[in-house]
Amino acid sequence: MSTTIIWTIVILAGLGLILSLVLYLVAAKFKVEEDPRIDEVEKVMPGANCGGCGFAGCRAFADAAVKAPNLDNNYCPVGGNEVMKKVAAILGYEIVEKTPQVAVVRCNGTCENRPRTNVYDGVKSCKVKAALYSGDTGCPFGCLGCGDCVEACQFGAITMDPATGLPVVDETKCTACGACAKACPKHIIELRNKGPRGMRVFVSCVNKDKGAIARKACTAACIGCGKCAKVCAQEAITVEDNVAYIDFTKCKLCKKCVAECPTGAIHTVNFPVLPPKPAAEPVKKEEVANA
Amino acid sequence: MRKLTFSKGGVHPNDSKYSRECGIEVLPLPQVVYVSMAQHLGAPAKPIVNVGDFVKAGQVIAEPGGFISAFVHSPVSGTVKSIGPRKDLAGNNMTHVEIAVEGDIWADGIDLSDTLVTEIPQDRETILKKIQECGVVGLGGATFPAHVKLNPAPGKVAECLIINGAECEPYLTSDYRIMIERSKEIAVGAAIMQKVLNGCPCVIGIEENKPEAVNAMSAAISDLKLQNIEVKVLKKRYPQGGEKQLIDAVMHRQVRSGGLPIDVGAVVQNAATALAVYEAVQKNKPLVTNTLTVTGDCLPENRQHNYLFRIGIPLSYIIEYAGGVPEGAAKIISGGPMMGKAVANIDAATVKGSSSILYLSKQSTLRKEESNCIRCGRCADACPMGLEPFLLNRLIKAGDMEGLEDRSVQDCIECGCCLYSCPANIPLLDRIRPAKAAVLGIIKSRNIKK
Repeated sequence: MSTTIIWTIVILAGLGLILSLVLYLVAAKFKVEEDPRIDEVEKVMPGANCGGCGFAGCRAFADAAVKAPNLDNNYCPVGGNEVMKKVAAILGYEIVEKTPQVAVVRCNGTCENRPRTNVYDGVKSCKVKAALYSGDTGCPFGCLGCGDCVEACQFGAITMDPATGLPVVDETKCTACGACAKACPKHIIELRNKGPRGMRVFVSCVNKDKGAIARKACTAACIGCGKCAKVCAQEAITVEDNVAYIDFTKCKLCKKCVAECPTGAIHTVNFPVLPPKPAAEPVKKEEVANA
Repeated sequence: MRKLTFSKGGVHPNDSKYSRECGIEVLPLPQVVYVSMAQHLGAPAKPIVNVGDFVKAGQVIAEPGGFISAFVHSPVSGTVKSIGPRKDLAGNNMTHVEIAVEGDIWADGIDLSDTLVTEIPQDRETILKKIQECGVVGLGGATFPAHVKLNPAPGKVAECLIINGAECEPYLTSDYRIMIERSKEIAVGAAIMQKVLNGCPCVIGIEENKPEAVNAMSAAISDLKLQNIEVKVLKKRYPQGGEKQLIDAVMHRQVRSGGLPIDVGAVVQNAATALAVYEAVQKNKPLVTNTLTVTGDCLPENRQHNYLFRIGIPLSYIIEYAGGVPEGAAKIISGGPMMGKAVANIDAATVKGSSSILYLSKQSTLRKEESNCIRCGRCADACPMGLEPFLLNRLIKAGDMEGLEDRSVQDCIECGCCLYSCPANIPLLDRIRPAKAAVLGIIKSRNIKK
């Protein structure tokens, strides 16, 4: 009886020894040399694995950043300049600073501005809706309102406003990873520079229809009249396919275009509210009659 | 006689052919028509007329925009009022030519008489050229240019021409009516296509719920003493009229994934296409008219109609002429209830492929609340392409494009059998449709890179 037990132990222990030796040899032979800096870089990354940098996740980004000769093409929009400074310090590269960006919803087709022309009772997904037809309003370019962008956002920065039926971006939470812009089948969401103190001017419309048709579908639509482009001293505004676009790298935030827009399609964000100018004294009727 | 059918999947919806006894009426001309430039599969046509031009009915107003594209003709005589974007059925912009109707003058050389011309031109090239110049496209739904399909790539031989008279979609009766009223023309059209395909045998497939059409077509073939054409009765089953399903039913051959019907030696054309081919080749008349059913489950029996309409007439005009939208209609659908699309824009113009205006009641269009998949496998049983819709749905949720391609999502024919059979009311097809488009896009860009 006891010999059976002893033999069992001996055989098992022997097997264990031999196999561990084999494992050791294999591990030694096929050892993967990994740059220790990859781990260090990964530690300073935000760890959201959002894919905003263009890589599959933070580890993939770290790997690419270590292998690249500089940081020109690798930038983590979520971590921003602070994280990139740390990454640059670890790798000993030059710091590439980028202006912080934010997601901007370029549609103002609220229930009021853009009346519904039909009822959609299908799956609540913009992707599905866009594959079926142009949407439940007269505007085939505008927001479909099913919230694919809300679902795509990993930072909880986008919510649907039930009053307007449009998504709202929370600037404090938005990291400009671009997931919402990719999820939007109508390409309404754009990443734009945050601007000084968060001040921005943008055209809140992507309707490429001719003016009259666009206006009929939505009272807040850009009609492509080009008045904004004429007053812009910076040549930041271009009108193409009946819709104006403000180049945020050229815009100096003078707001001249805002006053010109007949439909109010140009929006301003975070500008300080100025006290209203004292209204000019109304010319008295008697004076007019005298003159 | 054993009735033929396809081997995999399928469903049996109630056929609801309420308008089957309604003869084809000619729809009067409206004041204005809007001719779309995208009435066919492939590149949109390019307009060749200018604003202010006077055009005759049957005159070419647009040229093909590519290899897979078609000529577009003016359906009416009148003055071109505008050329520009207009919203189509789904509300998307498409270039339309607006023509204000003045009289009804047809272009020279078009035979408008009813006399049957049975003598078929001998030269294959002449026939193909005529079919192309008359803008004939497949009228079964996909509107694929007919001359491309009838001219197989070198090395491919057509062994059988199948004329699709299945009309498996419930409600629709336009093909049924033309098979009864214009059976001889369709038979000659089939003989013309046979000629083009070097005399291969021809089968006209008709579902068993249309015995009058079977009799009419058989009588027409024996009257005209046509060789090598026979009518075959098919079992009633949806989607029998799908190209690949019909080939399976008639020839017992299956088209491989990503393959074309010609790979198994088949060419499928719709009965309405056969009529259009007859008119094009024998009468020189371009494809400017088609038959359309006005029907629905909330439409009284005396208001069901089959109309011969000029292409480009706005839907709203037909709806008004047919007595307006009936009470209780919740949805207006263009096409059949299974594959048709809900009309988002009632002012949209009819196109070559328009086959019906269908009013459905709230009860039959109701979307029930979605519940969890219980893996009963009914969708997989119902899928005529042998796909597993429940699995595709899960892969779509996970965003697994490679997995979707491995599971052949690109083979989906969007027939809607999965959605129809699902006891949990999961909108399977709605989710699969965009995924299929995405996967097809990936495959296309990969092929370009190669």
